[in-house]
Amino acid sequence: MSASVLPVATGLLAPARAWLALALLALCFTAQAQPAGNPAPLQFNDAAEETRFRALAAELRCVLCQNQSLADSHAQIAQDMRREVLELMRQGRSDAQIKQFLVDRYGEFVLYRPLLERHTLLLWFGPAGVLLVGAAVVWRIVRRRAAGAAHDNAGTGAASEGEQEW
Amino acid sequence: MTDPHHQAPRKPQGLPAIAVAMGALFFAGLVGLMLYGVVRSGDADRDVLPSALIGKPAPDFVLPLLHYPSVEVGAAQLRGAPYVLNVWGSWCVECRVEHPVLTAFAQTKRVRVVGYNWKDEPEDALRWLERYGNPFFVVLADKEGRYALDWGVAGAPETFLVDGSGIVRWKHTGPLTEQVVQERLLPALEQVEQAR
Repeated sequence: MSASVLPVATGLLAPARAWLALALLALCFTAQAQPAGNPAPLQFNDAAEETRFRALAAELRCVLCQNQSLADSHAQIAQDMRREVLELMRQGRSDAQIKQFLVDRYGEFVLYRPLLERHTLLLWFGPAGVLLVGAAVVWRIVRRRAAGAAHDNAGTGAASEGEQEW
Repeated sequence: MTDPHHQAPRKPQGLPAIAVAMGALFFAGLVGLMLYGVVRSGDADRDVLPSALIGKPAPDFVLPLLHYPSVEVGAAQLRGAPYVLNVWGSWCVECRVEHPVLTAFAQTKRVRVVGYNWKDEPEDALRWLERYGNPFFVVLADKEGRYALDWGVAGAPETFLVDGSGIVRWKHTGPLTEQVVQERLLPALEQVEQAR
């Protein structure tokens, strides 16, 4: 965003960045539009409230720009959702209750960290599973090669004792 | 295995068959995933979230009418017969795109089509309706977007089908097209009407 403010300093890069920003903006609302308007930024009572709010907003997904968190998104609906989150915080709701409030309305998708349930097990442990399988395969190959090399050495008797220790 | 003396020098060259098979399976899986992504990329709904409200009661709201701001209408007053709720705004370009489709659907008079004017200036909204025509049975005005979060609205246009007992039965995100009306809204409406 600073690129558009300092076009001289960034030189040739500025138009490219402007286009990138435009493209990202276009990605943001392809099929749906959002209302205009730029309401006042949120006012926090104290630093603790702001810290809690930021931590919470970073874990929530903007429902319009789905690859942005609620904290980062400039979409109007994200502003409304941020205001609602702050409102709920001030009503004394816990983080879990606030998340549940949004899940009830927008579905589990609003959570950047999905709940640990049966249908999300693959999501949580799939990558680790793939890694484990890969490690097992590599381990087997290494074992086989080591065994093969040992047989080879035993068979020909050419290699010295020290070399086959590993 | 049986004869290590002769087999041994050749063994390290090839991967074990199981590893090759698993690698091939994994690769095929990735290719399949990619193909699925490519096929879905043409789908306009690919980013659409499933509504969390389907099968649940429509949110409780009380909103003034756009044309008669002193009159307030709530979810309770709309109950008793199914209705279609269309979220729109005069600022919404896609709403103009779907407007002819929505108008044609509303003119069949099969079900009440309620407008939900979201985060709009009343004058702009009224002018928009005057210019393009007003297909709505009644238009609710949510100028501040008070209840949009309760409906799970992310943007406009969005269209809901609520049955006679006030349960949300169907939702479409993005502009209505003739295809969406024929293939999805009408079948959903049929189900709702039969259940009554």
